[in-house]
Amino acid sequence: MSVNGGNKETLLDIRGMEVHFETRRGIARAVNEVDLTLYKGERFGLVGESGSGKTTLILALLRMIKTPGFIAAGSATLDDGTDLLKLNREEIRRVRLKRVAMVPQGAMNSLNPVMRIGDQLMLTIREHAEDGEIPDKHTQLKQVEELFYRVGLKPAVARLYPHELSGGMKQRACIAQAISLNPQLILADEPTSALDVVVQRQIMQTLRKLQNELDATVLLVGHDMGLMAQFAERVGIMYGGKLVEVGPVEDIFHNPQHPYTQLLISSIPNFEIKGEFRGIPGVGLSLLDPPTGCLFHPRCPKAIDRCKSVEPQLKEVAADQLVSCLLHEEDQHAPAS
Amino acid sequence: MSWNYTVKRVALFLIVVWAAASVNFFVPRLGTGRDPIREKLGQLAASGGLRQDGIEAMVKAYQVKFGLDKPLYVQYLNFLGDTFTLDLGYSLANYPARVGQMIGNAIPWTIGLMLVSVLIGFALGTLMGALSAWPSAPRFVRNMAVPLMTLSAIPPYLLGLIVLYILGLKLELFPLSGGYSPGRLAIASVDFYLDVLHHSVLPALAIVMQQVGFWALGMRGMMVTTSGEDYITLAEANGLRNRTIFFRFGLRNAMLPQLTALGLSLANVVAGQVIVEVIFAYPGIGTVLFQAIQASDYTVINGVVLILIMSIGLVTMLMDFFYPLLDPRISHTRQN
Repeated sequence: MSVNGGNKETLLDIRGMEVHFETRRGIARAVNEVDLTLYKGERFGLVGESGSGKTTLILALLRMIKTPGFIAAGSATLDDGTDLLKLNREEIRRVRLKRVAMVPQGAMNSLNPVMRIGDQLMLTIREHAEDGEIPDKHTQLKQVEELFYRVGLKPAVARLYPHELSGGMKQRACIAQAISLNPQLILADEPTSALDVVVQRQIMQTLRKLQNELDATVLLVGHDMGLMAQFAERVGIMYGGKLVEVGPVEDIFHNPQHPYTQLLISSIPNFEIKGEFRGIPGVGLSLLDPPTGCLFHPRCPKAIDRCKSVEPQLKEVAADQLVSCLLHEEDQHAPAS
Repeated sequence: MSWNYTVKRVALFLIVVWAAASVNFFVPRLGTGRDPIREKLGQLAASGGLRQDGIEAMVKAYQVKFGLDKPLYVQYLNFLGDTFTLDLGYSLANYPARVGQMIGNAIPWTIGLMLVSVLIGFALGTLMGALSAWPSAPRFVRNMAVPLMTLSAIPPYLLGLIVLYILGLKLELFPLSGGYSPGRLAIASVDFYLDVLHHSVLPALAIVMQQVGFWALGMRGMMVTTSGEDYITLAEANGLRNRTIFFRFGLRNAMLPQLTALGLSLANVVAGQVIVEVIFAYPGIGTVLFQAIQASDYTVINGVVLILIMSIGLVTMLMDFFYPLLDPRISHTRQN
């Protein structure tokens, strides 16, 4: 259904992804029928409020959903036809880092405190090497120092323990680890949320440089709209586990189509104009007791009667811009009815 | 490790031993009014039907012999000197046996039994506790937490009675008491060691069972915390093998507090498991202590307590020296 503008090749095709959490009070659909196509070498930003399913989606792609959660349905097919959701334990283990790598959210605590940084990277490289093809210690160390150089760390860092590093250095070490096996897809889960803005910029520049060198696809998850605007080429907006709008970053920011996106964009504080903080009225939905029809209709200022009963589908409204809103379906249906 | 720190730490150890020894010296003399020599002689006189006139002279003679006629500070200095040369004096109840000798005879039995039991209990308990908290462990392993918790709550002497009844009395698989068969010569031979081993199975089993529960409970708590750490999540996302994550990321980190507790446990080993040893009539420190308490044998009690204090002080010091090797976040060298 997505029309590829020009020569874009698909890297990962997510279809009908469903992640459910079984709770005592019923099933929570944390990721709800998500369809998303990621192209080779693009930077995609996934935005949404807390609990909208962004991180769950990433963890589902790596098959790291823990009980009581489970992947209920869907497929996530890589360019060579591998369906991530159908691999067995050993197969998915080999895909992790080698093809799909993750840059963690809390770099502060993402490294093993009792292991030297270099040893951690070398351990990861060894665990992914085929039996009998494990490079010798010297080669491993050279490889680690090369990785450090690429992310802007000194070789001496290899001998240090995590507590001897600053937050930015830890995140660089994590990025070095993420790119160590040249992955095609990097999942970055709010990689800068724990860092100050100066370090944030450096980290994002590093990530962008590496993405360019590797020609990898980056899926950046977060809720920092400013960061998204600068980094991403395409943006997807999630609400209540559903993808409500997808489009090129300029269109999303200048011409948002979904009422939720519109409110989200207008709630970004403006540097020039001092005023009241604007937000989105109402509170986030309960996944255990979701509203019927469109999940956003109780908070939506533009809701019409049909929104209460009919579930909208993701439809293309402009070039490469997909929206899941009945208002736009109305438009399309209007001439026919 | 810097020399500066080592010297300071050893000095601290000596101060701890001195302070403990001093408390040990002064507390019994703080006017309880009891005189063990007089009591002992009185008991002997009463049980032997002797006349009591000679007693005052005998008390005097013994007081001179034990140095109790001298002023308190001289006694104190003598006591300190003896303590630091590990001369623990004579047993009051078993005179002329020396305390050092009595403890020396008993301690190999206790250390042999307790050290092995505690270490086996620690290894098994830590592993089982860690597995019972590990999310990707099989369900039956995770369900082990309940029986382990139960085990930790049952005191070892009760477990001792149970194993004694079932394995010793009913099934007659193991001897009921003692450290070795009566009448067997205590000489170093394979036969003798096998006999000792055979005798130690039941008391060891009682202690191991309780220890497994104890260590498992502590480890389970730590592992639950650790398994939620970010570095575990990232290790999994990086495609490390499950076994690698469990041992090198999970267990390795969760075990640090366990090791501190193990150190203290090992230090306590020299005190023995009094009740377990008494139940099995095991010739260890616990039995010696039990008999000393029954006989008001103050010098032996003092000796056991002093040895215990020294071993705790020593083990704590050794742990302080070795901890930086286990946890790199702790360092004794000042960083510039």
